[in-house]
Amino acid sequence: MAKEIKLMKGNEAIAEGAIRCGCDGYFGYPITPQSEILEYLTAENPYPKTGMVVLQAESETASINMVYGGAALGKRVMTTSSSPGISLMQEGLSYIAGAELPALVVNVVRGGPGLGTIQPSQADYFQTVKGGGHGDYRLITLAPASVQEMYDFVELGFDLAFKYRNPVMLLSDGVIGQVMEKVEVGEYKPRWTNEYIAKTYPWALVGKPESRGHNIITSLQLDPVVQEKVNHKLQAKYKVCEENEVRYETFQTEDAEILLVAYGSSARICQKVVQLGREAGIKVGLLRPITLWPFPKKPLLELSKQVKSILTVEMSAGQMIEDVKLAVECKVPVQHYGRFGGMIPTPTEIFEVLKTL
Amino acid sequence: MTEEIIIAGFGGQGVLSMGKILAYSGAMQNKEVSWMPSYGPEMRGGTSNVTVIISDERINSPTLNQFDTAIILNQQSMDKFENSVKPGGLLIYDPNGISAHPTRKDISIYQVAGTDKALEIGNARLSNMIMLGGFLKIKPIINPEFLRKGLEKSLPERHHKLIPDNEKAVEVGKEILVPIHVL
Amino acid sequence: MTREEIIKPENLVYSKTKVLTDTVMHYCPGCGHGTTHRLVAEVIDEMGIQSETLGVAPVGCAVLAYNYFDVDIAEAAHGRAPALATAMKRLRPEKFVFTYQGDGDLAAIGTGETIHACNRGENITIIFVNNGIYGMTGGQMAPTTLEGMVTATSPYGREQQFNGHPLKITELVAQLPGTYYVTRQAVYTPALVRRAKKAIRQAFEYQKLNKGVTFVEIVSNCNSGWKMSPVKANEWLEENMLPFYPLGDLKVPEKE
Repeated sequence: MAKEIKLMKGNEAIAEGAIRCGCDGYFGYPITPQSEILEYLTAENPYPKTGMVVLQAESETASINMVYGGAALGKRVMTTSSSPGISLMQEGLSYIAGAELPALVVNVVRGGPGLGTIQPSQADYFQTVKGGGHGDYRLITLAPASVQEMYDFVELGFDLAFKYRNPVMLLSDGVIGQVMEKVEVGEYKPRWTNEYIAKTYPWALVGKPESRGHNIITSLQLDPVVQEKVNHKLQAKYKVCEENEVRYETFQTEDAEILLVAYGSSARICQKVVQLGREAGIKVGLLRPITLWPFPKKPLLELSKQVKSILTVEMSAGQMIEDVKLAVECKVPVQHYGRFGGMIPTPTEIFEVLKTL
Repeated sequence: MTEEIIIAGFGGQGVLSMGKILAYSGAMQNKEVSWMPSYGPEMRGGTSNVTVIISDERINSPTLNQFDTAIILNQQSMDKFENSVKPGGLLIYDPNGISAHPTRKDISIYQVAGTDKALEIGNARLSNMIMLGGFLKIKPIINPEFLRKGLEKSLPERHHKLIPDNEKAVEVGKEILVPIHVL
Repeated sequence: MTREEIIKPENLVYSKTKVLTDTVMHYCPGCGHGTTHRLVAEVIDEMGIQSETLGVAPVGCAVLAYNYFDVDIAEAAHGRAPALATAMKRLRPEKFVFTYQGDGDLAAIGTGETIHACNRGENITIIFVNNGIYGMTGGQMAPTTLEGMVTATSPYGREQQFNGHPLKITELVAQLPGTYYVTRQAVYTPALVRRAKKAIRQAFEYQKLNKGVTFVEIVSNCNSGWKMSPVKANEWLEENMLPFYPLGDLKVPEKE
């Protein structure tokens, strides 16, 4: 079959990716800059075609708890929002992580704190990879840097979510959500049948047959001894995930003396900076973490032996820089350059900082 | 070939749709494209701009502060973007409502009286396509056949009957281009 | 009579329904939750829908309901049971989906989810146990706490001027076009238990019609939280709760 190329916004690619990968349900609430996702899905109306449920909830709180309910059935369900809405979802995310359910959540990040701005930001890094909700849990976090990745990471996110029985966050921002680029879309994949779910995911609530005891989805353990065991089990799972799921990309790092580290739209801007730097004779390269958790610690440690200095570029006051510093174990100086509150750094201003290193 | 373009004006002047038609046409011509709008309150009547990149290679940053070409439709945008044109670059503007005309000597500057001409034709909404015509005259990066395909893709089907008018407006733009300062 | 004679099957007059597990319930002696659980389980058993039923447990005294109902069941965050149930029913519309919630869960923290699930007309059954107090956390004031009632957080009695009015959430949801059947029952006498069971059966039966939420309130006691003996608590319920929360149907389907 010939490749099908579409020109679409990042937000629309999320919606298209969901429909085509066999997503069972989307539950969401409007918030800028990601409302196109719900608008696109309601306009496409996939239910008659694929059986995918699309429902506008009364709040982000309800959205994430609808996702919790759907995930408990072994269904591939998702929600999307932007920063303030994602804050409201933290309780639900903690429950989903605690109950070990697979789910996909997309955050098209905007400037904060508070109501903030509706312009792009990356200031939700801490919230995403360091907790957000209560308790010792982790979110597998994918950071798309193109509209193609917005499309591709929906299916990848579901795959990882079910592989680890863990919520997956797609951490995007207003730039990647609003930009329009070419996307190669895949074929329509059928949704999983109820029989397949019952057979493949024995924990799923499918209705208790005579042949087994009842399935319970809960994150409650009244006995701390048991709760500690549950936590050990979660930690063991996270360790496996850290060993197997690190994803990253490098640009011109082979001979780099200065290393830029950036994710998402900042990484796109930094590719331009690498180009400007190379044109000026500066040996600069870029490492782009694709998974923010698990974080690409090993490749960063390796590169730290080669480069003189590292500059992290984030649309925040400096959040990922903490993980970069931990990864390189003080082997090289690490500096931060950031714009925030909805401001996007320009390639030129980053280039000016680069020249001072 | 990489062409980095900013299109800026008032919301309602067809800034975003001009960019979209350009991006769709580029995509139909098998180029890499990116279309990055300013979004937010300015969508509802304030100033509006869109960064369009058309390239033979993978596009890096979709947001830029320096451009090969600026297409300017109002004074605020002129104030904001005149200095964002790369040396040797191109600035095309609609003189309607412009009080402080561009003064740079290191770039090429052209006027296209899109607003006046569109009113003369009798359809104010075609002004953006007239501006686009001016641009394509100087930088013919899109072949006319792909422009048509781009129009088909970017306009909803109920507006497809307007495609010939849009194409004509592009041709008009090519004719009424006035060089102000050419390198 | 020997033990063997007594346990002959033909002498059996009463047994545990199979839709309740063998787990010993943690509810206080005299509490209405145990009876209400049993009624819901009996209805599921008698309708033969154990394998077709999905439940949602709340946060509150009934948080461990998932250990007692022998159906596939999820434990929701506080107040969010109707949101979970909404997704469950939408994704498996052929299943029977019910939530089991208390008054703090359903009428305070979960008011939004309750109202909107009811307003959307989700085809689910909500079992709502109202004892006018937060039982699990030790007897604090609930939205349903009666005026003047002493609780851990209204130690001098609920004051209307300060704490507002007791919330008649059941009357409220009955107003919504998305609810199909709304009724208020109690389980403190055998006759009321039989009536309540009929109502719960009706609520589950109506779920088949896909005509909206079926909502059964059970006005119950909390002898621990109210600091009364079970008998005294039931008397107090009859004298104080029922005048404010009168029993009976609030909304029944119009005859077709």
